[in-house]
Amino acid sequence: MGIEGIGARVARKEDRRFVTGAGRYVDDMVVPGMKHAAFVRSPHAHARIKGIDVTAAQAMPGVIAVLGGRELQADGIGNLICGWMIHSKDGSPMNMGAWSPLATETVRYVGDAVAIVVAETKGQARDAAEAVEIDYEELPAVTEAVAALEAGAPQIHPEANGNLIYDWEIGEAKAVDEAISRAAHVTRMRIVNNRLVPNAMEPRAALGHYDKAEDHYTCWTTSQNPHVARLVMSAFYNVAPENKLRVIAPDVGGGFGSKIYIYPEEIVCLWASKKSGVPVKWVADRTESFLTDAHGRDHVSEVQMAFDADNRMTALKVDTIANFGAYMSLFSSAVPTYLYATLLSGQYVIPAIHANVRAVYTNTAPVDAYRGAGRPEATYLLERIVETAARELGVPPAELRRKNFIREFPYQTPVIMNYDAGDYEASLSAAMEAADYAGFEKRRDEAKARGKLRGIGMSCYIEACGIAPSAAVGSLGAGVGLWESAEVRVNAAGTIEVLTGSHSHGQGHETTFAQLVSDRFGVGIDTVNIVHGDTDKVQMGMGTYGSRSGAVGMSAIVKALDKVEKKAKKIAAHLMEADEGDIVIENGECKVAGTDKTVPWFQVALAAYTAHNLPEGMEPGLKEGAFYDPSNFTFPAGCYICEVEVDPDTGKTEIVQFVAADDFGNIINPMIVEGQVHGGIAQGVGQALLEGTRYDPGSGQLVTASYMDYTMPRADDLPSFQVSTSNTPCPGNPLGIKGCGEAGAIGSPPAVINAITDAIGTNDLTMPATPQAVWSALKSATRH
Amino acid sequence: MYQTNYHRASSVDDAVKLLKSSDDGKLLAGGMTLIAAMKTRLAAPSDLIDLRHVGELKGISVAGKEVTIAAGTTHAEVAAHGELARACHAICHLASHIGDPHVRHMGTIGGSIANNDPAADYPAGLLALGATIVTNSREIAADDYFTGMFETALEEGEVVTAVKFTAPDQCGYAKFPNPASRYALTGVFVARRGGEVRVAVTGAGDDGVFRATAIEEALAGSFDPSALEGVSVSADDLMSDIHASADYRANLVVVMAKRAVAAAKG
Repeated sequence: MGIEGIGARVARKEDRRFVTGAGRYVDDMVVPGMKHAAFVRSPHAHARIKGIDVTAAQAMPGVIAVLGGRELQADGIGNLICGWMIHSKDGSPMNMGAWSPLATETVRYVGDAVAIVVAETKGQARDAAEAVEIDYEELPAVTEAVAALEAGAPQIHPEANGNLIYDWEIGEAKAVDEAISRAAHVTRMRIVNNRLVPNAMEPRAALGHYDKAEDHYTCWTTSQNPHVARLVMSAFYNVAPENKLRVIAPDVGGGFGSKIYIYPEEIVCLWASKKSGVPVKWVADRTESFLTDAHGRDHVSEVQMAFDADNRMTALKVDTIANFGAYMSLFSSAVPTYLYATLLSGQYVIPAIHANVRAVYTNTAPVDAYRGAGRPEATYLLERIVETAARELGVPPAELRRKNFIREFPYQTPVIMNYDAGDYEASLSAAMEAADYAGFEKRRDEAKARGKLRGIGMSCYIEACGIAPSAAVGSLGAGVGLWESAEVRVNAAGTIEVLTGSHSHGQGHETTFAQLVSDRFGVGIDTVNIVHGDTDKVQMGMGTYGSRSGAVGMSAIVKALDKVEKKAKKIAAHLMEADEGDIVIENGECKVAGTDKTVPWFQVALAAYTAHNLPEGMEPGLKEGAFYDPSNFTFPAGCYICEVEVDPDTGKTEIVQFVAADDFGNIINPMIVEGQVHGGIAQGVGQALLEGTRYDPGSGQLVTASYMDYTMPRADDLPSFQVSTSNTPCPGNPLGIKGCGEAGAIGSPPAVINAITDAIGTNDLTMPATPQAVWSALKSATRH
Repeated sequence: MYQTNYHRASSVDDAVKLLKSSDDGKLLAGGMTLIAAMKTRLAAPSDLIDLRHVGELKGISVAGKEVTIAAGTTHAEVAAHGELARACHAICHLASHIGDPHVRHMGTIGGSIANNDPAADYPAGLLALGATIVTNSREIAADDYFTGMFETALEEGEVVTAVKFTAPDQCGYAKFPNPASRYALTGVFVARRGGEVRVAVTGAGDDGVFRATAIEEALAGSFDPSALEGVSVSADDLMSDIHASADYRANLVVVMAKRAVAAAKG
């Protein structure tokens, strides 16, 4: 593997600039003549706009322009789109309401953008934004999806009658109902998956610059996929044709999904730049981030799981209501359907599965993919009900899981997915051993003597990464293909640039991608640069989300490296008068196997560019590109075990042990993988214990709109994690990679809640399990 | 933040003069609440009068059991003061758990009690200790000073200059932090002087800090956590919000009181 190659624990190249505060984010970008924007936002959850008076605002000091939705529409700027078409079970297309980048007639959630103010300074823009007078007629609002479906609920979009966006199903309802009617035991639960605010460290930002001389736009934005941003802004929002629009996503401080989507602000900043004649920068403050970043999760499900007399699972029936917020965000429709219900088989042989999903408008922030996107919801539901079933059936939870594990691959589930490889027993055994599961009862007794309630819980998750192949997702309604591109450019003196359509916003691509090159040619990672995030540099790409940069992005790099290697070997063979098949490249040299003949790597590169002595008919240069379209999803899986102690006096939960045993396929950099697992578990623990997004149901105000009220996980909320991997290589891609970015957030919440409910002896507990929630559950508990 | 005028006061008298000459001036102590409120545009004082460089507002003096803490003393200084810890360890412990290190190095005792946030820690400490709040014009007993949520007995132009108290025989503080803000969801300070026990509760009352008389009576008989077995406090006048119901806070008052007594007994 070499000291910097595949499998090496290499420190991240990019961290020097990040930890010294030298990263360059959108807010660091300065363009001559640049001015500052503030958005005028709705203070109401639902209201009709009767009039907008900008006279006072326009007269404020420093104000350059105050622009609204009517002018935007007059200039032909389009409404926001949703990029994945879902059809209801009756065959009708989803009922999508119009989303104008600036609202003109109706505002539908607190934070809905109505106008933009451009001024000399940020302070002046904000002062003037407050001076824009909007005459609102308040309308009744609804914030919860279940309530929004009830008769008489406020109607949010005329296009979606009764606020229903779609009523979708997957699987065989009849087979499931029959299995339930014949079952020896049925476990039933209502399961709520709490709404989360993403809280990326860097807030969203956009800098729009219209260059009049060139009739060309540049947009710096906090994006996980700048090429998709350019495509969508060109093809659907009519901002500018692709050749006149450059999108740059420089250093981006975390996304977790929330920066996949094209939001109103970047569209409006570009348009406003042309309109006002100055470059326009907007940077969200934390309150705007809370109010307007796409939120995650927010499902309410009724679940039934059926067993035969031998405790084998016979059916799973799921009825889910998914809160979509006020507008359909870019990939919102895919999350509770193809990213959720297709994973409901988990690690188990379940002969019959049926899921019904209703997507619902409410007067809240739009909801879309957030770290895990659908898979955490599926895993939480499944692993909570399996644990509950084990308690009801009186069998150890590990035994019930083992009895039902899928053990032969490939395995076709009843819900589309075809699992290619896995060893669920290996992860379960590894986790139980690491957690000293056998010694738990002794620890429980010891804790009891100290007045603490100790509990243990597990979660055996599966997820699907690298959404693919393109033709398959297209047939399911995706508006885009989900391949990736790469280009490997060897410079004349042998250093290498890798251009990728993936985008790093914390994942460490500058290191892992360079390790691939180092592994291939035996060159140091310092001689390899990763170029990404700029549509003028990288031709096209699909970006980073769904843990796809490894399995898809790196596979594209491998394909390009194959081509470079092939040509380099031809040149080396020619230079050394050897047979191409005898050339090996290692330690920065091209060698003739079995001889002492070598040519340094840089000389091969130089030969390619001097072109003085190349094989007959060979083109000069050493640069190759590739597109990679996967043949299947990848299926990371694993087992997490959480052990907690609950203080019965206060309800406070302390996580005393957390074990993660994952199967990620082959690993490029174990340290980065461990970091991803740590971060994912921290977010999962956040969801399980701390993070509860609350809207006031009457007014529709976001009550948890700051860190005074929204609890982010902090170091002292978390234990030291014990992480390990036992890997089965993915057969579907050249590196055998499955993906690791979301697993921690997917697998951990049910492990935590299973542990707490084990400790307190009641299942009646919803996330977040705050001290008060646990204390209340404990008070009303009857020991199970 | 809206535009404001900044003034650095050289003395308490100077600060009062500046305050009187401004339209809608505010005294700036540590700024841990005021600056955050200004940044979110919830506060818009015309003038900020900065007390942080006023020498007479600095310092802690301990003479036997008599303690004086000048208003501009930071939480970190209180937390780390050796002499004070020997006289009244619980007040140092209380200060060491306010906010985070940044807050503790900026926030001051005077700023905290002038603001009188219903979930701040110091009001419980000073009320239970029977402290005296010293201002530029008079001395006010803690029992008379904390008059309600964000309300104090301070009059227009009156500046807190110090707090003083006599260290009790035993005292302890136990706080259950709000998971998000880490302010006190319920904090209880207990102090015993001979047969007299004073118990003050912050974070829980619907009108700010208060004395828990039922707990005081139980502890006056026996200053021991066991004396609180079976004691309950009414949820009637307690706060209910998204973080905790009044019932849960009522439970926490008793639990934290027990822990404060246990801490006091060391």
